[in-house]
Amino acid sequence: MNLIIFTTILLLGFTTYYFGRKKALLIQNTNTRLTALPKFYGYYLAIWCSIPAFIIFALWSIFEPTIVKLLVLTDYSNQGYQSDELNLIYEKTKSLARGFYSGEVTVFLEDSAAKYQNLKSIAINSKVVVVLSIIIASTLFAYKKISNNTRTREPVEKFLNAILFTSSLAAILTTLGIVFSLIFETIRFFSVIPVFDFIFGTHWYPAKTFVRDASAEIDPEMYKDAFGSVPLFAGTFFIAFIAMCVAIPIGLLSGIYLSEYASKNVRKYAKPLIEILAGIPTVVYGFFAALTVGPFLREIGINLGLEVSSESALAAGGVMGIMIIPFISSLSDDVITSVPQSLRDGSYAMGATKSETIKKVIFPAALPGIVGSILLGVSRAIGETMIVVMASGLAANLTFNPLESTSTITAQIVVILIGDQQFGDPKTQAAFALGMTLFLVTLCLNVFALKIVKTYREKYD
Amino acid sequence: MKKINAKNVNVAYGSKQALFDINIDIEEKQVTALIGPSGCGKSTFLRCLNRMNDVIDICKVTGEIYINDFNILDKKCDVVRLREKIGMVFQKPNPFPKTIYENIAYGPTIHGMTQSKAEMDEVVETSLKKAALWNEVKDRLHEVGTGLSGGQQQRLCIARAISVRPEVILMDEPCSALDPIATAQIEELIDELKNEHTIIIVTHSMAQAARVSQNTGFFHLGNLIEYGSTDKIFKNPENQKTQDYITGRFG
Amino acid sequence: MTKKEILLKKRYNSEKRFKLYGQFAIGFALLFLFIFLFKIFSTGFTAFQKTLLKVDVTYDKELLYLDENPTLEDLKDADYYELALKSMADLDPNATEEQQNQLKRMVSYIFDTEIKNHLLKNPDLLGQTSSVLLTASDDLDQVYKGNFPRDIPEKQRRVSDYQLKIYDQLVDDGKVISNFNFSFFTRADSREAELAGIASAVVGSFFTILVCLVISFPVAVLAAIYLEEFAPKNRITDFIEVNINNLAAVPSIVFGLLGLGVLLAIFHLPRSTSLVGGITLSLMTLPTIIIAARASLKAVPPSIREAALAMGASKMQTTMHHTVPLSMPGTLSGTIIGLAQALGETAPLILIGMVAFINTIPMSPMDPSASLPVQVYLWAESAERGFVEKVSACIMVLLGFLILMNLLAQIVRHKFETKWS
Repeated sequence: MNLIIFTTILLLGFTTYYFGRKKALLIQNTNTRLTALPKFYGYYLAIWCSIPAFIIFALWSIFEPTIVKLLVLTDYSNQGYQSDELNLIYEKTKSLARGFYSGEVTVFLEDSAAKYQNLKSIAINSKVVVVLSIIIASTLFAYKKISNNTRTREPVEKFLNAILFTSSLAAILTTLGIVFSLIFETIRFFSVIPVFDFIFGTHWYPAKTFVRDASAEIDPEMYKDAFGSVPLFAGTFFIAFIAMCVAIPIGLLSGIYLSEYASKNVRKYAKPLIEILAGIPTVVYGFFAALTVGPFLREIGINLGLEVSSESALAAGGVMGIMIIPFISSLSDDVITSVPQSLRDGSYAMGATKSETIKKVIFPAALPGIVGSILLGVSRAIGETMIVVMASGLAANLTFNPLESTSTITAQIVVILIGDQQFGDPKTQAAFALGMTLFLVTLCLNVFALKIVKTYREKYD
Repeated sequence: MKKINAKNVNVAYGSKQALFDINIDIEEKQVTALIGPSGCGKSTFLRCLNRMNDVIDICKVTGEIYINDFNILDKKCDVVRLREKIGMVFQKPNPFPKTIYENIAYGPTIHGMTQSKAEMDEVVETSLKKAALWNEVKDRLHEVGTGLSGGQQQRLCIARAISVRPEVILMDEPCSALDPIATAQIEELIDELKNEHTIIIVTHSMAQAARVSQNTGFFHLGNLIEYGSTDKIFKNPENQKTQDYITGRFG
Repeated sequence: MTKKEILLKKRYNSEKRFKLYGQFAIGFALLFLFIFLFKIFSTGFTAFQKTLLKVDVTYDKELLYLDENPTLEDLKDADYYELALKSMADLDPNATEEQQNQLKRMVSYIFDTEIKNHLLKNPDLLGQTSSVLLTASDDLDQVYKGNFPRDIPEKQRRVSDYQLKIYDQLVDDGKVISNFNFSFFTRADSREAELAGIASAVVGSFFTILVCLVISFPVAVLAAIYLEEFAPKNRITDFIEVNINNLAAVPSIVFGLLGLGVLLAIFHLPRSTSLVGGITLSLMTLPTIIIAARASLKAVPPSIREAALAMGASKMQTTMHHTVPLSMPGTLSGTIIGLAQALGETAPLILIGMVAFINTIPMSPMDPSASLPVQVYLWAESAERGFVEKVSACIMVLLGFLILMNLLAQIVRHKFETKWS
């Protein structure tokens, strides 16, 4: 039914465009000067016809289910039900009304179902009436305006401007959505698990808290020592550290070589090839790390007499580092190339070799940009998921030995949510709490990176 | 005494020839000015003298340039050592984004000329004094060099160039980005410096050439049209083209 | 040597070393790339081969419980399982019951369907014997491809000595065939490695990217136009720009949580569908396209805008008629690259449930589906050896698509972009 209303508004919009344009041409025939091209009259009418109707339609459709639910549940308001139980009752009511219900049918339920159906039919009928009347009213209003030959291009362009502005709000909406989706679950999580335990606890073992029925009591004993995030933070930063140990030297050196030493041919071929490393999906890296790198390191370890896990932090971190190389290399290349030639000339004229010029003049001058690119790489490493999920362990092991396996914040989010999920259970909420932490950490890193770049830039410009 | 002898120097940028058969002898411890209209190749020639044209990929230099009887265009010539002996000051002041102290200390550091901090301090002070900048910056040696005024920056670059005690100083239109007062200061400096260094200055201001130099070479479209003492060039040139340029018929 | 000369030598050595480090760094990166590609291709190309056993089947009417003159309908409805079992058992007339069981396990469990389809193609074969190509089981398939070592004790093998004996016999008789594995591209996922295909993942990826494109492209381009051409310099605009730059750097898994928490929990959209996956990815791709579109709009010289305005066009007309069309190649190029990145995303899709085992090909974005990278993940987590080559082959297909998309982006940029000299 909603689809029919939607399409009707759309069609009416199109037809009124035609009429608006026609009217404009009629006006033109009476030798009056039009204030805008005929098509703008058409747009004007079409917009006035359809937009108010769409808005009312959308608002109605969004709020209708809530209002209906409230009205149906007023019958139960004084009987001391919990909100979870009320939800359950409402779900049963809906199923019964739609004919899908297979459980026990009480009198109350039948009454509610009847009421539900009643309300629903009233709602849909009134919706149609209201929408149609809005359309008629606004169309007549606009038509009168057109007949008086008012300016139409400006209002139409204002409308377009509004659409453009609204589109740009999408970014804000997304951020709000992220914060919104994370914060409620996080707050609920911290109402069960103390913040102190979460931040400073050293055991992360959510598996021992099995998913419970929504109505059962929360057993605090079960949750003790299960949600300490220290091993996760340690694992995340440790693996990121290993990754940067690989990415920074190789990324910087290759970036410097490509911008200062490489011949045109080498640059033409080597740069895109290194860029390919950035385009490989991380799940593929994860597979490669698990299939080849992990066992390979293990073999070397065995030959050296060391105990190396086949899911070592070294394997995951190493491959992650290789993935980050092109980010640092490419950004450093750009930054170094943008250092003015006059500085280079000044240094060469002093009798410095190329490497001395790079190390003492160019690199310091390019430092803010390079630091920015490194921080971006760190941010990427912290937020990376698939490589760790596939190549490093899924058990949160608190260790700083790169030959052992450990886990990160991102991997744990996947582990928790890939199994049974129950909204309202601390286990699921823990995933959101972790997500919140991750979001805040990367946000701070990015803001910090920008600040550093800005401060140094001011100093040296 | 002749410090620099250039023989049949030709320079081409890719397929475009910029200098044609330049032959010129530069006197020691004097100021030689190279004048001519824009694009005539004087800067190109200047850059040959310290092999700075090597930095440009498509530039090809042929011929011979003898400095102290050693052909610097030879493959065996060590460019790094050459540039220690020949300093350069550029058109637009280009101090490094480091402190004033570090700017001066750069050359001596890489060439290993000092053993201790005390020595370096002395080198920095001497260079800044010789560049007539010491009094203005002696209290802010550890501030960034790019914070100085245009004229001060150029004197800083000169101080930097002389910190390694070069025999020759090349100056590529050093005053074109400066105001008249700063220009006058630099010209005064050049007059002082010629007592210890051979100076070659490229300038598009004939007045400046007349003021500061003892010898002048006139370039036009990649050719050295005339070369001689400044007095002669300006008062009694042999070539008609020189005469036309001096009197302002073109350029 | 003088002190000066020693120092000079040191400096030149340092120069050489530095240059060498740079070359090593690039060499290392490229070496990894080549090893990686080699490994993937060498493990993956065998997935494009399907091992088949040529088995003689006697279409006995009695075993099919058919009467004298069966119609085509009767043939379709018959149960071929017993006939199939007998055909396999006939490979070794002396086989015990246990061994007959083992014979059955040498082929895929769809063997009865394959026998049936063979008959339906040629109903005259009823009552006669014919050679039917049956898909080998994944274990046997791996033996053929040489991935299962044969010299380890039987208990550690997935293929028994007896099965190997029969297999070798078939090889000698020329009854083991390897064909191009078309079913890899036409079949959906399966629990059996020999039958698993990427069709559902490919279609799923296609729908997901389609939804992503339809949502993110218009919104992003409109937003970019506003920010670049119309937005006044005020706090709101700054705030929007800060948001965009931040979103571009948010880890992808957070978007997965967003999808889970908002799209699934609040809007109750169907789980595991390309629709939800597409919406989630579009939020991720939005900043990328906005940034690319803004760069393209910025690159259009102001002289074009000024010329239009001087003709009396309004700001909106100038932008829509002149600036935007000229910036389209760059915008499209950036969009394609953004979509390529979205194609390779796994974590957000896992969170919104696209990890379910999907063994049918989705027909619309509202059907549960997987995507190519998620399929890689699922198969990689599977314990069976037969899936290893499938993972690599799936990766090859995924990389193939990514290369195509990047090439397309380059072509769009170079062929259609106006060079402002």
